[in-house]
Amino acid sequence: MARVVVDVMLKPEILDPQGQAVADALPRLGVAGVSSVRIGRRIEIDFTGEPDLDKVREVADKLLANPVIEEFTLNVPGDQGGRPAAAGTTEAPEDGA
Amino acid sequence: MRHPRIGVVTFPGSLDDGDAARAVRLAGAEPVRLWHGDHGLRQVDAVILPGGFSYGDYLRCGAIARFAPVMESIIGAAKAGLPVLGICNGFQILCEAHLLPGALTRNQHLHFRNRDQRLTIGGTGTAWTNAFGEGQEVVIPIKSGEGRYVADQRTLDELEATGRVVARYAGGNPNGSLRDIAGVANEAGNVVGLMPHPEHAVDPLTGPSQDGLVFFASVLKWLSAGAAGGPAGASESISAGAPESVPAAADAQEAVGEEQADREEVATL
Repeated sequence: MARVVVDVMLKPEILDPQGQAVADALPRLGVAGVSSVRIGRRIEIDFTGEPDLDKVREVADKLLANPVIEEFTLNVPGDQGGRPAAAGTTEAPEDGA
Repeated sequence: MRHPRIGVVTFPGSLDDGDAARAVRLAGAEPVRLWHGDHGLRQVDAVILPGGFSYGDYLRCGAIARFAPVMESIIGAAKAGLPVLGICNGFQILCEAHLLPGALTRNQHLHFRNRDQRLTIGGTGTAWTNAFGEGQEVVIPIKSGEGRYVADQRTLDELEATGRVVARYAGGNPNGSLRDIAGVANEAGNVVGLMPHPEHAVDPLTGPSQDGLVFFASVLKWLSAGAAGGPAGASESISAGAPESVPAAADAQEAVGEEQADREEVATL
């Protein structure tokens, strides 16, 4: 069995109100010195045989992430380092997060 | 003259398909219920993607609905000029399907917003807004948790410059939507997405106004103008595909009995 992990994050320029809410709660836990929290999604895909990374990239681009607001990276655990897979290029939305 | 047939799609998790079908009927058209697993469009003249939580809003709102079999037909027909209105979750589906630019994200304050919302109508050259006056103020309910419209600056500029922002929030932005955008249209003007729910503003007994009916009246006007040889309300900035070129004939093999049952179901709404 081979596993491919897809991490999906909102683009840096997209507001993440969930992350902000978590950041705002941290002082209540006595945690200080945090400048930002961003929340994303981790998707684990298990293949019966060898994973087809090109297919995974296509699935990530078409379904797992919305390239208008999100970007993703592919990782094969055990492989050294991540395999960044840039999503489609879109211009920065106008609001700073 | 036969009544125009307006399809209303039901996905698993749709909530407002019944109200949308009722609004279509009150506007004087024949509602045709479409199922997400259908491969054809049953010769409808227009389609509404209703509000709700299709596929449980899993992954992202509209992300899975976009790949429903019926969407394949809708995407093809929309590109050929079929009028399509996405309401709330339907708007999210249209963005996910790339029939409309931008995306709908979590409300800035994280609260679900449910209220009667004032809107200013703009962009009256579309299939779904041509019966409004430019700048007209209406009151339509909004009820969503992920209604904040975002797009990159260039897209927003282009939408504004070409009259494709069909509605803006007035009297307070309920979700942090960029430039107060409540609804947008595609370039041809046949595809419109709206966060507020016009189908809930069609009857004084149950809604805050009857302003919602005008969206449905607009598409009837658009369709009749199309039958007469040109789309209604096509402005300079919005060049519409001729509605009569809608490729719905491919669905001609539909079972008549099934259609009859569907009509009976609709009649009970």
